[in-house]
Amino acid sequence: MNGSESGFNPAFNIATIKQVVNEAIERVRMPTPTRLRDLIRQIRAARTAAEERSVVNKECAYIRSTFREEDSVWRCRNIAKLLYIHMLGYPAHFGQLECLKLIASPRFTDKRVGYLGAMLLLDERQDVHLLITNCLKNDLNSNTQFVVGLALCTLGAIASPEMARDLASEVERLIKSPNAYIKKKAALCAFRIIRRVPDLMEMFLPATRSLLTEKNHGVLITGVTLITEMCENSPDTLNHFKKIVPNLVRILKNLILAGYSPEHDVSGVSDPFLQVKILRLLRILGKNDAEASEAMNDILAQVATNTETSKNVGNTILYETVLSIMDIKSESSLRVLAVNILGRFLLNNDKNIRYVALNTLLRTVHVDTSAVQRHRTTILECLKDPDISIRRRAMELSFALVNGQNIRGMMKELLAFLERSDAEFKAHCSSAVVLAAERYAPSDKWHLDTLFKVLLKAGNYLRDDTVSSTIQIISSAATERQAYGAMRLWTSLEQSAVSGLATEKQPLIQVAAWTIGEYGDLLVSEASSAISMVDEDGVDDFVRPTEEYVIDIYQKLLWSTQLSISTKEFLLLSLAKLSTRFTTQASQEKIRVIIDTFGSHIHIELQQRGVELSQLFRQYGHLRPALLERMPAMEPVAAPHRDEQELDLSDTSPDHTKPDQDALLDLINGSDSLTNGDVEHQPEQIATTNNNTSSNDILDLLSGLDLTPSVPAAAPAVLLANNNVEPSAAPAALLLDGLFAPPATPQPPHPADANERNAAGAEWERAVLERGGVRVCVSARRAAGAAATLTARATSQLHTLTDFLFQAAVPKKIQLDMMSPSGTTLSPQGEITQVLKVTNPTKTPLRLRIRVSYNIDGTPVLEQTEINNFPADLFN
Amino acid sequence: MMQFMLLFSRQGKLRLQKWYVAHPDKLKKKITRELITTVLARKPKMCSFLEWKDVKVVYKRYASLYFCCAMEQEDNELLTLELIHRYVELLDKYFGSVCELDIIFNFEKAYFILDELVLGGELQETSKKNVLKAIAAQDLLQEDLNDGLLH
Repeated sequence: MNGSESGFNPAFNIATIKQVVNEAIERVRMPTPTRLRDLIRQIRAARTAAEERSVVNKECAYIRSTFREEDSVWRCRNIAKLLYIHMLGYPAHFGQLECLKLIASPRFTDKRVGYLGAMLLLDERQDVHLLITNCLKNDLNSNTQFVVGLALCTLGAIASPEMARDLASEVERLIKSPNAYIKKKAALCAFRIIRRVPDLMEMFLPATRSLLTEKNHGVLITGVTLITEMCENSPDTLNHFKKIVPNLVRILKNLILAGYSPEHDVSGVSDPFLQVKILRLLRILGKNDAEASEAMNDILAQVATNTETSKNVGNTILYETVLSIMDIKSESSLRVLAVNILGRFLLNNDKNIRYVALNTLLRTVHVDTSAVQRHRTTILECLKDPDISIRRRAMELSFALVNGQNIRGMMKELLAFLERSDAEFKAHCSSAVVLAAERYAPSDKWHLDTLFKVLLKAGNYLRDDTVSSTIQIISSAATERQAYGAMRLWTSLEQSAVSGLATEKQPLIQVAAWTIGEYGDLLVSEASSAISMVDEDGVDDFVRPTEEYVIDIYQKLLWSTQLSISTKEFLLLSLAKLSTRFTTQASQEKIRVIIDTFGSHIHIELQQRGVELSQLFRQYGHLRPALLERMPAMEPVAAPHRDEQELDLSDTSPDHTKPDQDALLDLINGSDSLTNGDVEHQPEQIATTNNNTSSNDILDLLSGLDLTPSVPAAAPAVLLANNNVEPSAAPAALLLDGLFAPPATPQPPHPADANERNAAGAEWERAVLERGGVRVCVSARRAAGAAATLTARATSQLHTLTDFLFQAAVPKKIQLDMMSPSGTTLSPQGEITQVLKVTNPTKTPLRLRIRVSYNIDGTPVLEQTEINNFPADLFN
Repeated sequence: MMQFMLLFSRQGKLRLQKWYVAHPDKLKKKITRELITTVLARKPKMCSFLEWKDVKVVYKRYASLYFCCAMEQEDNELLTLELIHRYVELLDKYFGSVCELDIIFNFEKAYFILDELVLGGELQETSKKNVLKAIAAQDLLQEDLNDGLLH
């Protein structure tokens, strides 16, 4: 296309003349289209959205009509207009093929606009890729560096794995080009290709190392970027590149020591972009490598001390340096220097610097906790910052700093933060408080107090498992603690009920109802005066309630229209229990009346319970004291995780329902009266035996009752006969569920739910990684549509793992949604679960590459594997 | 690696979008819309970083335009601010004290400049001079052959 360079060439000139003539003819034939500038003016002049739409629609119609004409000289102008229209949010997909035609054109303007359009209108999901791959291949071989540049730029932006494979060898050739302009672009293209298709890395290795010998900063920085990606890609390559540490150190040293060079200077710092990239690569190379770390100690110290800090650039470099110092095996004096830099950052006026300081402290806190502890006050101060980004960092960092010594003070601040924090923080913050309290509680009383405060402050944002774990802690506490709990919770319950805030604090109401139901006798008895209710502020706001008043408050809550059904279930059962805790006849009578009203409740579950419980005040009154006895102390459950409960119902729900079923079995043993189909809903569950501890509790409870076989056998039958509810609508299991199960137990699954789950397919599970006692299992379950839910479970036998991170990748036709993991710290016997939702509309065979990283005693471990033996019918 | 870059006005109008990750159009629109709303809702005194979904958003306002980059977790936030500033400097040099209107009417030039600065989500050239030289040479190549076809 450079006519002047090619000299005299008759063929070339004739072609040019032809083209000029053609263009001239076309210009006469077709009216000149609106200019880009004019279109933008017209669109901007539109006063309403409708007006704008009409201008755009008119122009789009015109552009479409010109596309139908072949070989228009105005094509590039029309595409440019279309790109503007696209940016406004209108559809522009009909321009995709036209972009390809522009790219194939010999004119530079056409190519420039065509490639721009391709980058904006196409991405790797488009089918036209085969066509563009050919165009790119041609242009990568062009003699004009700018044409090669355009092609490389486009490849870097929209390379699909197929394109990457097809064009990798061209890119590799261009990395070796003597032209720096092409070299640097090719290096970044290689970086993108490796990102997309890691298998292609090998072929780029030989050409890559020589990039660091160049003088041109563009080539250097792209070379460093490429090497960084390669090192992160495979440990072997990382080792291969260990030997370039001296080269990198030299480049960095030259940058620092070299005098002022206007070309690369940014506010007195020489090429900060390159410096940061090198520092980052040094960090990767020096990690867990004493020798490499040794080689870079000096230069890091030099950078840390010599960098000008009055401007953002200087702090940028210091920030990267600190990260490197903390990550490699650096000298201790250097670490002190790094933490001090962060301390200075924390006090900086610039919010951005404070943010990175918090961020970095969080990353280094496990390396040197005591150094970070020194900045605790400043960090806690940041919890009050108006900026959500800073608050989030400060919160995470504060939790990382909590230990046995400072727990009282830290918790005070964090609870205050919990109270005033935004909704999105509350769930995370409250569970972190619960965890920290569990780990470091200085005393039982303090632990209970903290849990009560969380219940009060987190309101409905509290995670469900906190309710059951708090109940468990109260249930296994000493008697005077239980009384204390009942008294404290009573105060909160009463205040919430009176102030009408109960709806926002349902978890609190649930725990309070359970506790008062169990230990209500201690609450109202004279003996409670012996327990000190003076709180941390020296205030004793406890007033011992009368039995009647407690019942009044219950009535108020039970009749409230806004409380959830499960909260009311807690309250109703608790109220029934109170009938055996409270002694006066008047309160017994009052309770009976309230329970009777539920016999006609609109909600079937509450109605059922109302009817059943009211029977205990009538012909089965003699059973009541024994049935409503205090629960035995509950064993700590192995941290049931909420996600797990939600998503693995098929696993967990039988465990919850079995006890009731067995109790029922026991009761109806030998009875003929129940063969009318009531229990046939869940035959397989009844048939299963189990050794579950909680079921034993319940069986113990039952065996303690001195009952003749005929009474229990008759009881359910009679109860059902008295019941107005259609028997088949209420599974028999519910009958006793209400009486024996702790209120926290989820209701047994409705038969329909069980069927749905069966239809959703059996669960597939494999252990995919197993090393050093660390085991990762992945299970897969079909979900509605062409989707599946995968659950990864990690367990560790011996060690506590920190910074546990689970990453996953799937082929590009499949869409992967990672839910948030259940945690990042894995203790022995604990479990981390990570749920992944996979949508696979094309039903391509699922391959899942997973990468797991964690620290064992400060030693990082990285493992990856690929799973491709998923069941074939996962998405059908 | 930068995942995408957005330029938008104080009124929330998109002025430039550059994606380095493949998303369907619909998702791009959704991300753009949500992010513009979130960034515009932040107060001027707040820091320039925002942890948003799985990306780290670094943004800065220059006159009436917001420059907003979505970076990965390991990227240096402060350096991204420098990158944005470098891009603004380049636009300024190219247009001669650039304003929003320059970018609206010459959006393709703004893209061309960005493409000489960043490739595939990573910085490719740290010298301002080299970027402007490459742009000028390509503009010349364009004008020599077919002046006026574009504008």
